[in-house]
Amino acid sequence: MLARDINSRSVIERPVSNFFIFASVLIALLINGLPWGGIWLLLRPDFVAVVLLYWCMHKPWRFGIGLSWTVGIFADVSDASLFGQHALAYTVLAYGGVVLNNRLQMFNLRQQAIHVLGILSLTYIVYASVHWMMSGHITWLYFLGCLTSTLLWIPLSILFQAMRQKRVENE
Amino acid sequence: MDSTQSFRFFNRGPSSVARLVFFAVFSLLLLFVDARYRYLESTRSALSMLVYPIQRMASWPGLLWQQAGDFYITQNRQHNLITENDRLQQKLLLNAAQLLQLQALQAENQQLRKLLEQPFRYDFSAKLVEITHAERDVFMRRVLVNKGENDNIKVSQIVMDDVGIVGQITRVYPWMSEITLITEKNHAVPVQVLRNGLRAIVFGAGNTSELTLRYTPVSADVQKDDMLVTSGIDGLYPPGIPVAKVISVVRDSVYPFANITCLPMGGVDKHRHLLVLSNMPEQVDRPLRELKNSNATSRGMTRSKQ
Repeated sequence: MLARDINSRSVIERPVSNFFIFASVLIALLINGLPWGGIWLLLRPDFVAVVLLYWCMHKPWRFGIGLSWTVGIFADVSDASLFGQHALAYTVLAYGGVVLNNRLQMFNLRQQAIHVLGILSLTYIVYASVHWMMSGHITWLYFLGCLTSTLLWIPLSILFQAMRQKRVENE
Repeated sequence: MDSTQSFRFFNRGPSSVARLVFFAVFSLLLLFVDARYRYLESTRSALSMLVYPIQRMASWPGLLWQQAGDFYITQNRQHNLITENDRLQQKLLLNAAQLLQLQALQAENQQLRKLLEQPFRYDFSAKLVEITHAERDVFMRRVLVNKGENDNIKVSQIVMDDVGIVGQITRVYPWMSEITLITEKNHAVPVQVLRNGLRAIVFGAGNTSELTLRYTPVSADVQKDDMLVTSGIDGLYPPGIPVAKVISVVRDSVYPFANITCLPMGGVDKHRHLLVLSNMPEQVDRPLRELKNSNATSRGMTRSKQ
């Protein structure tokens, strides 16, 4: 299987530095904070969510629900959204990642993406329902971001996998 | 395969379900407290100091892009610049003439008001701010600007550009503040039709750059191309500043209210620089005002409509 091919090269757990995790989350926050507008804002994938999900799936005991919640609080501050909106969404996301951690390792990238779509939709449902509670209407176009985030998942996990690989070879 | 799993030799603390429930409940609590009571503003402004560098960095690409554009203009479009300069100069002359007229009118108005024993309209001062970034929530119509508490910006101050009202300060951080645009859903501005002085309230329509005039009866005298200016009744907005222009009036006798759509006058999502108005007059206490009105009516004068 394809997934086994990918993973067979990594029988020994590849070390990931805390700095790498921290930097990736910081960069994701930064990209989310770029001046997106209009249709691009609708189409913008939630970079932070995808990065958090990656770490929760691959390193659930290093980057778990608690840290995701903390990142969510920072996302709330930087987005000036209600306190707890992103925190709640990322908590659900992290739980999805942690629970599916073992299973997802067995799937190839395409199968992973389907699971990721499910988890991300849950996250976006949290956003939308918080908004619905506050203002009483839902913008369905908002869920486009969920699809683009899933599309982002594929190149992002290939990139991270490659970066982790290189790190090991250097050492 | 198994190497990727964590062996539970040691206790790793509470299970993930327990963590999920704990953090989810905590988040819901935060949501409730923030939405209902707004107790968390100080926490938010403290955390914003940590996030500030990231936000600052995130605005660099946009700034670079603008600077590159400016550079391009100065290098290759000198002609354009000259014509623009000419145009602005002409506009300045025109405005100066109008300003003189306005000052004369202001003096006259003050004198008349003194005669009528009406409170004066106050002069307000303005502070120039620059938009650092727009809100990244699709639902919200908000922008963040580069001045905050340290520059004496306060919550509920009014923001305008050179043409009209743009929004209102809703949150203040140490170095930046948040403006809610008038197009935000359910954001209300008390207005007056310039043509006939009819009072109404204009609401943001949410996701488009449109405004709606709600609760205006079908019979109300509102026409297409009517100009709406602030009425100043709430004591928050200074009176007489353009807000919107009516673009369509649909009267359906089935509904008690007319369906009136307006377009904001100010460049609600255009400009980089905005003006924050300060030194607004203190709102007069209610009983006092009623007393004055009763005095005025007892003397047979009509109540002024400003």
